[in-house]
Amino acid sequence: MFLLGYSKEARKRRDQLATGVIVALAGFILLVLASLLIYICVQGISAINWEFLSQFPRESMTKGGILPAIVGTLYLALGSMVISIPLGFGAAIYLSEYAKQGPLVSVIRLGVANLAGVPSVVFGLFGLSLFVTTFGFGRSLLSGCLTLGLLTLPTVTAAAEEALRQTPGSFREAALALGANRFQAIRQVILPAALPGMLTGAILALGRAAGETAPISLTSATAYSPSLPDSPFNEAMALTTHIYNLATNGANIAGTRPQQFGTSLVLMAIVLGLSLAAVILRARLRRSRKW
Amino acid sequence: MSEKEPKISQDNRDRPEEPTLASVVSVTDGASLFEEVDEKPKAPLKVPSLEGAPAPAESYEEASLRAIPLKPRLSKAEHGSRFFFLLCAILAMGQMLLIMVFLFTESVGLLFSQGGSPGVSLGSFLFGRDWYPTYPDASFGALALIGGSLAVTVVSTAIAAPLGLGLAMFLSCIAGRRTREWVKPAVELLASVPSVVLGLVGMVVIAPFLQQTLNLPTGLNLLNASLILAIMATPTIASLGEDALSAVPQDVKDASYALGATRWETIWRVTTPAALGGLSTAVILGLGRSLGETMVVLMVAGGAAQIPNSLFDSVRPLTSTLAAEMGETAIGSRHYQALFALGVILFFMTLAFNLLAWYLSRRWRTRR
Repeated sequence: MFLLGYSKEARKRRDQLATGVIVALAGFILLVLASLLIYICVQGISAINWEFLSQFPRESMTKGGILPAIVGTLYLALGSMVISIPLGFGAAIYLSEYAKQGPLVSVIRLGVANLAGVPSVVFGLFGLSLFVTTFGFGRSLLSGCLTLGLLTLPTVTAAAEEALRQTPGSFREAALALGANRFQAIRQVILPAALPGMLTGAILALGRAAGETAPISLTSATAYSPSLPDSPFNEAMALTTHIYNLATNGANIAGTRPQQFGTSLVLMAIVLGLSLAAVILRARLRRSRKW
Repeated sequence: MSEKEPKISQDNRDRPEEPTLASVVSVTDGASLFEEVDEKPKAPLKVPSLEGAPAPAESYEEASLRAIPLKPRLSKAEHGSRFFFLLCAILAMGQMLLIMVFLFTESVGLLFSQGGSPGVSLGSFLFGRDWYPTYPDASFGALALIGGSLAVTVVSTAIAAPLGLGLAMFLSCIAGRRTREWVKPAVELLASVPSVVLGLVGMVVIAPFLQQTLNLPTGLNLLNASLILAIMATPTIASLGEDALSAVPQDVKDASYALGATRWETIWRVTTPAALGGLSTAVILGLGRSLGETMVVLMVAGGAAQIPNSLFDSVRPLTSTLAAEMGETAIGSRHYQALFALGVILFFMTLAFNLLAWYLSRRWRTRR
């Protein structure tokens, strides 16, 4: 009905015009995103050398390297996974394998989905209140890891449940038909099949944890530490908070631009490297899957 | 693009039934869970193909499990493991309640008088325009902060939604299969760029640029923050939007082409309306992401607690207030309580957005 007013030529022209606009939009976005990456790489690469990666900061952080920040970020990100992987995988197994689909499961699922949208700074407040104050862990690596662990828990759970749901039902039936009980079926049949997918989600969450700023600045980060953390109750430096501190209240904000971009580049190498690994793992997985 | 009428075969490339594995989790933050709830009633309607089809109907699987007498075989390990997994699930969900409880208990003291200082009434907290938390005669009015948050969220979404949806249309309906297989993961990768890095770019590149070209006193303002937030939200919207558009059955598009519609007419009059639920979910989740983003607004929004009158005003959203002031307050003080109260507001605002996204995806799906 609505097409009657147009001649074929006019409709064709509209089609071409709209297509052109969409292609131009897409090209524009990709150009912006690509130039952003290139800009950060170009700005950051000049600051990076072995000294930058292996030394402590010197002279109110205007010279020297970022070793304690790299180590701190790795501790925080890996530590958070110690929390979120067991809990997230466990929750996913319950939701996917044990729970009867019903109101309770819907509520849990909705809760998990909603948690994933809660701002990270709110998790920071929560961690500050629960771990730093109530549990008395103080501002420490431990508080930071626990906070980041809870922050990434919904992501890990969602990804793991998705991976479990992709395992065909016939796997379960076959295992049960052979006399396995449900736990045996899960441990020996379903988990091995779903594990790579579940780990892919965990790697993505690991990248996310490494890139977070606000939660750790509330619960564990310090602007400068003269030594590497040797106990979970130490405060630690982190790449993200280091960038923020240098860029907003450092001793020489304009003069430390190379360090700021160098630290950014190191951070992005970690975060994007992890995401890239997850993407590649997923692609290989998809290709090698037998079902 | 070619000037030929689009051929049906061109669009009829085989693609995975649904976004597999955790493909969306990085940017969707659990949006796949929204999908799943609604999938169930629809499952029996799908015509199961012979090969590579997902398990056809839930009831089938459920029935087969029911047929096996599990009860007598439950071992201790079985009981233990089941209990452990249930515990994990409850914890994953109970976290939500814990967060609420802690935010409330830390902030509720603000309402009552304490050590000589009178309590702040709920009305004056929510609708007061003055946020002077550290003055001797402190006032805690959150309206300017809420206004700041809403302003950056709305402006950034106004920029990101058309861009993100345009990119989604390109990826789903125009780009070839090869292009999509490369571009989509790349876009998703970009969604994981840490926000503090983008904030740095906003300070170093966009701020001086805005200041010079528009002749402003400072480049750290609402517009700058919105631009950076738009860069962050666009990949999210594009990725989720692409999923929604691609979930529209190919038959529907083929039918449109068979009636002589051009590609644009098909996209605009057929595919987009059919995917409206998913598309609006994508935009709202992008909105939620901008609302909750902390470091970008902390670094580039300027930080003045005022309700903005123009795009070039400095603003101080809720998130940046929390991050900036929490380090300088004594635990349990008035200011500390007020900051947790801001956390409560933020929590419920994002909760509202999430529920809205969930509701929309559900409502449109059942209608279709």
